[in-house]
Amino acid sequence: MKNQNWPLWEIFIRSKQGLNHKHVGSLHAADEKMAIENARDVYTRRSEGVSIWVVESKHITASDPSEGEALYEPANDKVYRHPTFYDLPDELKHM
Amino acid sequence: MTNIQALESRFQAKVDDEVKIEPKDWMPEKYRKTLIRQISQHAHSEIVGMLPEGNWITRAPSLRRKLGLLAKVQDEAGHGLYLYSAAETLGVERADLIEQLHNGTAKYSSIFNYPTTSWADIGSIGWLVDGAAIMNQVPLCRCSYGPYARAMVRVCKEESFHQRQGFEILLTLSKGTEAQKEMLQESVNRWWWPAMMMFGPNDADSPHTAQSMKWKIKRFTNDELRQKFVDVSVEQAKILNITLPDPDIKWNEERGHYDYGVIDWEEFWNVVKGNGPCNHERIQTRVKAHEEGAWVRAAAMAHAEKRSQRNSKKEQVA
Ligand SMILES: [Fe+2]
Ligand SMILES: [Fe+2]
Repeated sequence: MKNQNWPLWEIFIRSKQGLNHKHVGSLHAADEKMAIENARDVYTRRSEGVSIWVVESKHITASDPSEGEALYEPANDKVYRHPTFYDLPDELKHM
Repeated sequence: MTNIQALESRFQAKVDDEVKIEPKDWMPEKYRKTLIRQISQHAHSEIVGMLPEGNWITRAPSLRRKLGLLAKVQDEAGHGLYLYSAAETLGVERADLIEQLHNGTAKYSSIFNYPTTSWADIGSIGWLVDGAAIMNQVPLCRCSYGPYARAMVRVCKEESFHQRQGFEILLTLSKGTEAQKEMLQESVNRWWWPAMMMFGPNDADSPHTAQSMKWKIKRFTNDELRQKFVDVSVEQAKILNITLPDPDIKWNEERGHYDYGVIDWEEFWNVVKGNGPCNHERIQTRVKAHEEGAWVRAAAMAHAEKRSQRNSKKEQVA
């Protein structure tokens, strides 16, 4: 029992109503209920949040950074996805 | 170029461009090891750092002071937790880090091996110890390793309250009775030099600084930070009407900084090696708390397992 960790949880906090939950860090807890209670004490001591999500770290699948180029580079040459790509006269308003 | 060299030069190029390194990115093994050592030492310091101040919570002179001190000590626990979790992103286990603290293989800041013998010490710690910590920590918010930098942003936001509550304690003593003024001066006399040592050995005796600066783990050298600390502290001491226990402190017009005396490095190394006034007591206290909490950790885990079994049975029935 000696060197056993409680499971690791990733903590996401909504700082105020209307904003996304954002990753703030991790902590150890025996279960999801304790993870939320601990997250309250560790990450919201100064009203940094109005809502907490906890996800056990082992359930997170992440993209591989070494494949970053293959994943994100195709978007780089697609300038036509941006509004400034289209040539329109200055007289045109409200667009 | 070998594969490793290519990876290393790409890594260094990212660091040079101020691109943060994230947990799953490739990094040199030595960078990882350096960070694990530094972040875990930092975490241990936050945790052990609760002990000298915890000593005065029940004896704080007013409810206002007690609330402030409780909140500060609770923050330090939080700092320890942010930092342990940053260290764990580098592939170490929390339980192993704690074990290293308890068996003496991991170090923590030597400042916490000094005793808090008077109430004024709570003020001196806030002013000088948190003050020196802030000098060290602010540049760490720009550290090249993302999780460490982000943890430090949270820590730094909270530290300024620590320093201000400490200074307010001292300021109140400085306007008090003769006995209170003496208590203030006596306390600062004891904490000044250990606080100066918090920045670590002189640059000439700090062989790892160059590499850490190249990796942008460190942004300033030990002596640069120590000088900043002296320059602001000398001015702040005037407001408290006290002297700093260093007769060599003198404004140097040419350098635009205060000169200061020579640090007793023998004392520093002696405390680092475990022979400070409270080293033994600090670790004993941590080990005792950990061992006495073992059944709580085991019980919580057993409860969680039982509950999840019960839930999965319910799902099967439904
Ligand atoms: Fe702290
Ligand atoms: Fe602090």
